[in-house]
Order: sequence, then C-alpha cells, then structure tokens
Amino acid sequence: MSNASKVVVVTSGKGGVGKTTTSANIATGIAQQGKKTVAIDFDVGLRNLDLVMGCERRVVYDFVNVIRNEAKLQQALIRDKRVDSLYILPASQTRDKDALDPEGVGRIIEELKQMGFEYIICDSPAGIEKGAQMAMYFADEAIVVTNPEVSSVRDSDRVLGLLAAKTSRAELGGPAIRTHLLLTRYSPMMVKRGEMLSVADVLELLGIPLLGVIPESKAVLQSSNKGAPAILDETTDVAQAYLDVVYRYLGQERQHRFIEEEKRSFFGRLFG
Amino acid sequence: MAFLDYFRRAPKTASLAKDRLSIIVARERAGTRGGADYLPQLQQELLAVIARYETIDLANVTVNLDKSGGCEVLELNIVLPDAPPPPAPRPPQSALA
Repeated sequence: MSNASKVVVVTSGKGGVGKTTTSANIATGIAQQGKKTVAIDFDVGLRNLDLVMGCERRVVYDFVNVIRNEAKLQQALIRDKRVDSLYILPASQTRDKDALDPEGVGRIIEELKQMGFEYIICDSPAGIEKGAQMAMYFADEAIVVTNPEVSSVRDSDRVLGLLAAKTSRAELGGPAIRTHLLLTRYSPMMVKRGEMLSVADVLELLGIPLLGVIPESKAVLQSSNKGAPAILDETTDVAQAYLDVVYRYLGQERQHRFIEEEKRSFFGRLFG
Repeated sequence: MAFLDYFRRAPKTASLAKDRLSIIVARERAGTRGGADYLPQLQQELLAVIARYETIDLANVTVNLDKSGGCEVLELNIVLPDAPPPPAPRPPQSALA
C-alpha cells in the first residue's frame, strides 16, 4: 500500500499566487474520486489551509504537536465533513518555522503512508527558506503554482532549481521530482490585448509541462469566504478548471480550457 | 492627434515582460545551477588589479556569465572614470614593502 502513496508538494516561491487555494481544491477533487487523501499545511506560524477548507474550529492538535510527540497523528488529523476520504493536517499557529525538521516530517509522512493515504498533498509556505524546503523535501511530484506575472515566474524558476537540488530525491540520487505547471489567475482577455504573459510565454520560460490553467475569478474569494473549496460548486469556471486539473492529474485526457477568451453572443455582451 | 494614435501600435507590455524574464531567468540559472559561484570573488580580484592603475568603484565593474546556444560567454564590463587620474601607474602593494 505504501508504495502506491504519492507525496505532492504545492509550491511557488512567491506568496499570494494560489498555493493554499490549489492545495484545498486539488485535495478535495482527488478525494472526491474515492482516493484517500490528506492535505498538510506546512505554513507553520501562518496556518490558513484549515480556514480555506472550513475546519478551523475543529483544530485541536497540529503538525508540530505530532512531530514533538505531544499528540498522536490520528488526534491531529481532521476528517472533512463534506468529502469522505479527505483529511487535513493543520499547521501550528504559534511556533516558528524551525519547529519542522527532516526527521520529524519524514516520520509523519511515512506514518501517513502506512495508514493507507494514497495522496499526501503538502501545501508549502511562501519563500524559499526552511519551511518551503521542508514541504518539498519528501515530494515525489511538485505542482508549481504560477501567476502570469514577472515576479511570480521568476520565483517559480528559483523553486524549480530548489526542487532539482534540495530534496530527498536529489540528495539520494533518485529519479527527478516530476514537476507540473499550474497557471492561476489567468485572464485570456488581457492576454489577447498583449497585457499579460500568455500560457505559451510562461511554458517557454519555465520549460515544464502544463497541468492546467485556472482563470481569474471572483469564485475563489467567495469560496474562501465560505470555507468551502471552489471545486465543490461545479457551476463556476474555477471549479471546472480545477476538476479538469484533477482528472488530468489522475491520468485522464482533458483538453485545456480557459486559455482563449470565451466567445460571447451579442445578447450575452448586452446583458452580461 | 488622438485619431492617429488609434492606428499607432502601443508597445505590448506582455512582450516586455517576456523579454525581461528571458534575460533574468537565464542569468539566474547560470548563477545558481551552472556552478559558476566564483563570480563575486572574480569581481573582487579584478577590482584589486584595476585599482592599482585606476581609481575605480566596485559598482563600475560587472562580471556576467551568459549562455548562448552551446557556448558560455564570460562578460566583463569595466567603466573607467572620466577624468584621467595621475599619469604614472602605481606599483603593486607588495613592491612597496
């Protein structure tokens, strides 16, 4: 069973590009497909995954408590109330980033594998310091969340360098971590006008395969207001985009959408 | 003439972004992944040599390693001061001792 587990880090370097949103949506989407999934918040001191997933009032013990043997893993894991087989391991709100060490993190990940978790989604903190390096250290795969904007693309490139050098696989000489690009907050209209980097531009600059494009949308803020990942309300474009990403990630063929500006009818323009 | 401005193509900021990123990303890859971490030291040592002949500021010496195609280019850029300093070159420090 433990061989079937996949450790996936959601990372970006830059803050505010959508790592936590992506972790919440992808973990929820994968769990909806019946896979036992856990999302771990690595942002020690600034935990937010619990809030975005709407379980903030159920946090009793956290990741650091488990690492320090102050609580059992089962006590810290929060079971999602909407999706079976989805669990959240919250970060500590009070400690500092040094609370995480490779031995402790490795032990917890191993324990999660033994418990039969098929997907272990690691939500990385921003930056390229210790917290971010801990989140990526045991990863088999990485989802690099990038906005079509200069600082985000540059930081993603730095993170790709770290993934290739400062991870367990790199240090032990294992196969390279599989990297996927997720382009978020994309506005096809601005791209068409030449005001935003296009998917092709970012792909050319970063040189990693595209997992998906998430359009800029009000639905993201509304879902975090509610504490319910956007993917749960299939009527929005963001939910559709994340569903595509999940299916694609699980190996199904899905055409890329939300790259071109949607053609709107005359009446659509008039009343939209 | 606002009317003519309509036909004049404004520069597209997206292509500016792409051009700037191509340069910075290539430079950072060369710096952090190419193994050329001696550049700052090289810069210091070059500065020490040049300082024997010219009064010069560290900010006016830049060293870059660029990759174009299959070959690496070590680019050295030294901006000399406008007013020429005293004519006779100073001997190296060691010769004074």
